[in-house]
Amino acid sequence: MGTNQEHTIRSYDTELARLTTEIVRMGELAAAQLEAAIDVVERRDERAAMRVVENDDAIDALEHETSHDVVRLLALRAPMARDLREVFAALRIAADIERIGDYAANVAKRAIPLSMAAPVAPARGLRRLSELATAAVRKVLDAYRSRDAQKAHEVWDEDVHLDEAYTGLFRELLTYMMEDPRRITACTHLLFMAKNIERIGDHATNIAENVWFAVTGEPLQAPRKKGDETTEPVMPHLGKP
Amino acid sequence: MTSTNASNQELPPAAAPPVPAMRIRVRALDFFYGTTRALSNINLDIPDQRITAFIGPSGCGKSTLLRVFNRMYELYPDQRAQGEVIVDGENILAPGSDVALLRAKIGMVFQKPTPFPMSVFDNVAFGIRLYERLPKAELTDRVENALRRAALWDEVKDKLARSGLSLSGGQQQRLCIARSIAVRPQVILFDEPTSALDPISTAKIEELMRELTADYTIAIVTHNMQQAARVSDRVAFMYLGELIECGDTEKIFTNPDRKQTEDYITGRFG
Repeated sequence: MGTNQEHTIRSYDTELARLTTEIVRMGELAAAQLEAAIDVVERRDERAAMRVVENDDAIDALEHETSHDVVRLLALRAPMARDLREVFAALRIAADIERIGDYAANVAKRAIPLSMAAPVAPARGLRRLSELATAAVRKVLDAYRSRDAQKAHEVWDEDVHLDEAYTGLFRELLTYMMEDPRRITACTHLLFMAKNIERIGDHATNIAENVWFAVTGEPLQAPRKKGDETTEPVMPHLGKP
Repeated sequence: MTSTNASNQELPPAAAPPVPAMRIRVRALDFFYGTTRALSNINLDIPDQRITAFIGPSGCGKSTLLRVFNRMYELYPDQRAQGEVIVDGENILAPGSDVALLRAKIGMVFQKPTPFPMSVFDNVAFGIRLYERLPKAELTDRVENALRRAALWDEVKDKLARSGLSLSGGQQQRLCIARSIAVRPQVILFDEPTSALDPISTAKIEELMRELTADYTIAIVTHNMQQAARVSDRVAFMYLGELIECGDTEKIFTNPDRKQTEDYITGRFG
């Protein structure tokens, strides 16, 4: 927790600790969901895919619980300084994890039509991408659990690798589609899945920013390298957002 | 946030008030109760037209500091202050500084309402009569004006002749504020002004304090952290007779510099 010293009112510590536990559990669930989603893609297992989609409810339920706890803490404890930042960060981190869960469920959802199409080789590239994303989620959870701002910063810096991997897979999928239009359906699903996983990395960096803020009280804002260049060569007329 | 890449346009800061003039400057102030040192080496600037809140555990010296500002401590023989407290360029601790004038310039409101056992009108007129001889009509105007500024006029305009003691606690406190305002001070010191009041009266006093910042320098001692957060622009945290940290209220309550401040405001003090 904040400083090493405990609150004079000890139940306050219990409530803050509970918030951390809930969020870490949520995050672990979301990381496991992503792993399960990639498994069902590779095993082409529709039933298992459905189960992953249904499991997302558990993450949503935990997010509700976290929001409820945050509101109660704000109302009853009127947290200040680091406690306030902790509670604020918890609310935001919970929202990011909820989105990560949604993206994992989306990947599983697309595994169902994908398993009906003929197998395509780049599906394997998806595992590499998801391994990077899962590692980022686990590492940022670890940074949150130990209130390690430095580790959070590393996650933030490392997102560029995930972006680069995404760009690579994106180009590979385009090539496949150009070579053989019959692969377009499968590759389009894979493109969306890859994008979902890339977004998970972005949410991991959001979490990193909130851990940094909770610990230091300062916003984490340095120029960050973006490895996702897929908008540039493909649709140059759109320009940068 | 990486998920929002909206425009990079910089928003103006939420509030960008001009840098205020410093009304009170405290330099190397020490204070003693007999041989016991209650304040040591306090250095602090209190800005005009702002509310500065003093927080800290009991016995930290915050009320003592407030009482130095109007030399209240001189009522007791064994209390003495060393150092400088400069109000409008004059060191009020210097020998020869006029206490009566100082107290007209610096009003004080206490924890318990202290109306005099006289009519509402006379309570407010009392201070004015002490310093000025005014024609009746002008005096009446001044009293009404002070009661209006203290947000009490509408409640007492029909009972000005009634005893000040007949008012409710919250009204009595606003009567005391009216009495302070009536002598046109520059600074108003509040020592735990709402600790004996219910939340509605407290809110009225807090709102009144905010309104008074238009014309006055305000310093408040409070044990209620939420009150300091709600009402003040700057917060000074004191501990064991020392000023630990002084800064903008938002900064102190979201990200204080000193660990002692953080421990105190988050409720971690042993």
